[in-house]
Amino acid sequence: MTSSTPSQPAPRAFAGPAPAALRIEALSFDYGRRHALREVTLDVGRGELLGLLGPNGSGKSTLLRILSTLLPCPPGRVWIDGLDAARQGDAVRRRIGVAFQSPSLDGKLSVQENVRFQGWLYGLHGAALAARGDALLTRFGLAARRHERAETLSGGLQRRVELAKALLHAPPLLLLDEPSTGLDPAARLEFWNTLHALRAEGALTIVAATHLMDEAERCDRVALMDEGRLMVADTPAALKSALGGEVLTLECSNPPGLAAALGARLGLAAQAVNGVVRLAEGTGREAVARILQTFAADVLALHVSKPTLEDVFIARTGHRFNRPEGA
Amino acid sequence: MNAGNALAVALPVWSLFAREVLRFVRQRNRIVGALGTPLLFWVLLGSGFGRSFSPPGLEAGMDYLAYFFPGTLLLVVLFTAIFSSISIIEDRKDGFLQGVLVAPVPRLSIVAGKVLGGTALAVAQGLLLLALAPLAGLPVGWTHFLAAGGVMALTAMALSALGFLWAWRTDSVQGFHAVMNLLLMPMWLLSGALFPSTGASPWVRAVMAVNPLTYGLAALRRVLYGPAIAARLGDPALATALLVLSAFVVLLSALAVRMARRGGRV
Repeated sequence: MTSSTPSQPAPRAFAGPAPAALRIEALSFDYGRRHALREVTLDVGRGELLGLLGPNGSGKSTLLRILSTLLPCPPGRVWIDGLDAARQGDAVRRRIGVAFQSPSLDGKLSVQENVRFQGWLYGLHGAALAARGDALLTRFGLAARRHERAETLSGGLQRRVELAKALLHAPPLLLLDEPSTGLDPAARLEFWNTLHALRAEGALTIVAATHLMDEAERCDRVALMDEGRLMVADTPAALKSALGGEVLTLECSNPPGLAAALGARLGLAAQAVNGVVRLAEGTGREAVARILQTFAADVLALHVSKPTLEDVFIARTGHRFNRPEGA
Repeated sequence: MNAGNALAVALPVWSLFAREVLRFVRQRNRIVGALGTPLLFWVLLGSGFGRSFSPPGLEAGMDYLAYFFPGTLLLVVLFTAIFSSISIIEDRKDGFLQGVLVAPVPRLSIVAGKVLGGTALAVAQGLLLLALAPLAGLPVGWTHFLAAGGVMALTAMALSALGFLWAWRTDSVQGFHAVMNLLLMPMWLLSGALFPSTGASPWVRAVMAVNPLTYGLAALRRVLYGPAIAARLGDPALATALLVLSAFVVLLSALAVRMARRGGRV
């Protein structure tokens, strides 16, 4: 067996005092001829809450599957807690807690049974397992429901059991794939509050994939993904302020024509994005008067707004976050 | 392998095994499905044929209910073991399997937990049915329970491992049922459950000789009828049957472990 710790090779040393919680270097992954990930490079520091933000098919689920050892990973590309995920799979598995989009709970088992069986999978047993399980169930407000079948719990409570399962073996890194899928807004808010609280309690690093802007806003850093590429990774505030103060969008009947005309006649960098014209970052309010002067007849509506993460996404990728089918 | 290592292999096996059994007990319709259908077959076919079809080699007073009884036991084992394996397909859909695969669990433990779970359920159901043997005019004592339990365990292990092999690669329960109807039911029909090999046409006898279930049934009949009648029915010797069954268990389990190690769809 390769699962014992004593015989394992020493973790690879990195320059610097402690290895990053997660380090990804030029990671690519193909499903047959489709490129799911292209040269993704990313470092996640200890205690960080990183949001992987991208539309469906952007590669964030593939990335999480590789990080959670479900998909094979080439050597020398992914390090978790300083361990090469390709070579030290079992050691890496002990260091990650994973909650997928589809729940891993067994509805026919009670909450406590779900937690206990999970502990056995990780080699926990006896009093230590019972104590750890009780502590987590109490922490998540599930102690009173421990004997109920998991299938009878609400979606929000099931997610909490899922979290308790993922944290049972005290992993330093928590991987979450669309963790709030199927939750109503109140439960979603509560779930993210729990994540923040967890991170504040100890040195837990969290990587959470999401396609929801408001969830990404709540992360320390956001890694924007599109078509298998990591476009940028930074704090939500830094990403938005890089766009400049405000974002101008114009509604009109012929967006490509207006975008071209704005460039030709006023020297403004504009692009037509899914039915509207969007002006490049840094275009100030003073442009509004000039635009209306020249194109009053073409412009149906003009919006001036603070940039959102969606604006950041559009600026980085040239297309909208939720593209219509076939676009 | 030191104690810590043994525990690292055994605890996950126990986890998956215990879950399998608990789930089964909590889904009553599964008990009815696995035990009820064979029981119905036995009562209807056994009583229907009655004395109009009496296989040569049986002793006076033994009718088709008696002949068909070991085959019914085999069908219970088949249904229970195979339906238990199907749950891998659901586990994959639900996300439960992914949760197991990201844990530091040896792939051997996953196969062992699943196969032993299915085996335990199959043997338990088989023993329940065996208690009805006196209705077929067959004797049941402790030795019969022990010996038949052992034979059913070997057969169930082979079938559970076979089911694992399929279920691991199949993404729909419907697809699994198609295989079940096309392969497993014929395997059962050609095991000697319904008719002895002695009167069958040569090609059927050839198929029966390479059918693993033939050996499971032969061993069951040796145990329940005694060696004399079993020999007259043309069954292989008990030692042969057990050897062949064990070989299938080892082969199919090894294949299942190999497949689980290679990954597959997740």
